[in-house]
Amino acid sequence: MQSSKLYRMLRLGVKSLLLHKLRSGLTMLGVVFGVGAVVAMLAVGEGASRKALAEIKALGSNNIMLTSKQNADDQAASGSRSMVKSYGLFYDDERRIRETFNAVERTVPTKDIRKNTFFGERSAELRIVGTTPDWFELVPRDVIAGRVMLDRDLRSSANICVLTESGARKLLAASRVIGESVRVGPDLYEVIGIVRNVTATGGGRTPDSEVDAYIPINVAKERYSDLMIRRASGSFQAEKVELHRILVAVKNTDHVESVAAGIERMMTHFHPDGDYDVFVPLAVLRAARAQANIWKWTLFSIAAISLLVGGIGIMNIMLASVTERTREIGIRRAIGAKKNQIIAQFLVETVVLSATGGFIGTLVGPAIALIITFMSGIDTVVPLYSILLAVGISMAIGIVFGLYPAVRAANLDPIVALRHD
Amino acid sequence: MTDPPFPTTTPNADSTDPSTGIGSDTRSSNNGLLIELTDLRKTYHMGTQQVHALAGVDLQLGRGEFWAILGASGSGKSTMLNVLGCLDRPTSGTYRLEGQDVAELDDDALSEFRLRHLGFIFQSFNLIPQLTVRENIELPLYYLGWEAERSAEHAGVLADQVGLGDRLDHRPSELSGGQQQRVAVARALANDPPVLLADEPTGNLDSSTSGQIMALLDELNQRGKTIIMVTHERDIAAHAQHRLHMRDGIIDRIERDV
Ligand SMILES: Nc1ncnc2c1ncn2[C@@H]1O[C@H](COP(=O)(O)OP(=O)(O)O)[C@@H](O)[C@H]1O
Ligand SMILES: [Mg+2]
Repeated sequence: MQSSKLYRMLRLGVKSLLLHKLRSGLTMLGVVFGVGAVVAMLAVGEGASRKALAEIKALGSNNIMLTSKQNADDQAASGSRSMVKSYGLFYDDERRIRETFNAVERTVPTKDIRKNTFFGERSAELRIVGTTPDWFELVPRDVIAGRVMLDRDLRSSANICVLTESGARKLLAASRVIGESVRVGPDLYEVIGIVRNVTATGGGRTPDSEVDAYIPINVAKERYSDLMIRRASGSFQAEKVELHRILVAVKNTDHVESVAAGIERMMTHFHPDGDYDVFVPLAVLRAARAQANIWKWTLFSIAAISLLVGGIGIMNIMLASVTERTREIGIRRAIGAKKNQIIAQFLVETVVLSATGGFIGTLVGPAIALIITFMSGIDTVVPLYSILLAVGISMAIGIVFGLYPAVRAANLDPIVALRHD
Repeated sequence: MTDPPFPTTTPNADSTDPSTGIGSDTRSSNNGLLIELTDLRKTYHMGTQQVHALAGVDLQLGRGEFWAILGASGSGKSTMLNVLGCLDRPTSGTYRLEGQDVAELDDDALSEFRLRHLGFIFQSFNLIPQLTVRENIELPLYYLGWEAERSAEHAGVLADQVGLGDRLDHRPSELSGGQQQRVAVARALANDPPVLLADEPTGNLDSSTSGQIMALLDELNQRGKTIIMVTHERDIAAHAQHRLHMRDGIIDRIERDV
């Protein structure tokens, strides 16, 4: 009984909306595009936020990364030729960090080397990183072939190397290269594995992004001096760097920021000239997340305004409809309709209008998102909550903007309404 | 709830829901008395001026009677009918219908009261143009909460009674004035109200169709409906047994057929 009554009310509402098809359709269009815009904008925001998260997750949210850096003053001064610049992180820094902070699980030092590397006929300058096996555990990466570096390789100072995908590509080495040797300068290294570069979508910087090969750090230290000659715009520059990077893994995510602060204090003490950088992916993650949220809700607000305009359109039409149907309202009231029944009659119409518009909008929204992705390459993700939110808002708009005209209709004096023409 | 029996055979046909508070006890105790007006006044304020549309009306109407209200334009006929129809509230005085003091009812109760006790017939028919004949007749049943199937069927029976059984799916605009007014009569009867109120029901009709409508009202009155009709035409008023003449908001005189 109750449901059949609702059904009849709905039918009545739909029927009276269909009486003015063009008008109802145009009114609905406001909601369709309002909801569509909301869904599409949330999709853009969500896409941006997921991209930022993925990029930073690739760096490991429990990690802290210290990087050697030539500070700005020195860089300017290095205009004076053939001067050896010594800067950056030391093995001592790594040890100090490991020994000072209980919350630190492990530390991984890395050392960069650039060498011409030969494989068969092929040669290329590779960016080689000397590191420890822990490197491969801090940031998970796919092994394409073979294996990664193990503790025994380090202990035995083995002449082995792990190529990254990019390194393998430079040497035109396929997976059958495993077990064969590449020559780095005068030295031979056995290739034990190929790993996939850890990349973030959209090509953000990751620890692997500029690495072609890994070798044990003790081998690197033994064979290659800390001195590196760099050719830059006609002049030679020599720089001496002990460690290029120190990766610090913290046991518990909760302690990442306090450890980072401690490291920062320690480093200012031992490196007063500031020849290092401390990068905390987690902090960046937080900032990126906050940034993405602001971005998302800004877009949402803009879209919501168009929905508001759609709602005002509905109200406008319903007010006109109430005026047009004043006499009908008078007749219904004279027959015995209660005020609430008149309110319900008009509310059903606006809600049907806005909900239908909302439903179509949830189809239009993802379509707009797809078009945005197609046209601009911006990632978009339509999350379920945005659909529910949009439908909910459109229903609410129907009720909020329909209520005033409906109440106005119900409050008409039946006698006056009956006389209206 | 029972189907309103049509044609109504007993003036006291009780289709009243007890929940409206109009007990049948009240009615039987006032045997025959249906409407009682005591010093009824309705004053309109037009700026600083006061218009006494009703200036103290005392009247008693019996069940099953046929009344005509006559009078010059502006004498208060419509105001009287609106108050009787519970569409308007008097400024002072009491109005009892079926023993119920109407002043005690709030807006919702008044709506319910109209729904169960009153049927309206207007000069300009007042059908809803976008609804079909059937849907127009069904309106009171919709608000009474009847199921769709039963109410559609009942609307068909009523349309037959007024001779429009073959026009159920037509819109009012496709009907002549006389036919529209017959639809309006059928609608007024749908909830089987004891009282029918008609404001110049033949005012927009030519004399032959007027005759048809009046014949319909005569028949309904013979079957027990109480009818109160405003008119300014003497020959139309002649159908009623009681003719109330109004002048400046008061009852001038009452003529009765013996
Ligand atoms: N809503 C109103 N506001 C002000 N004056 C009104 C209103 N309705 C009726 N009147 C006045 O009350 C008097 C009686 O009106 P009415 O009952 O319509 O008379 P009738 O139907 O006999 O022509 C008239 O003087 C009319 O101008
Ligand atoms: Mg009048």
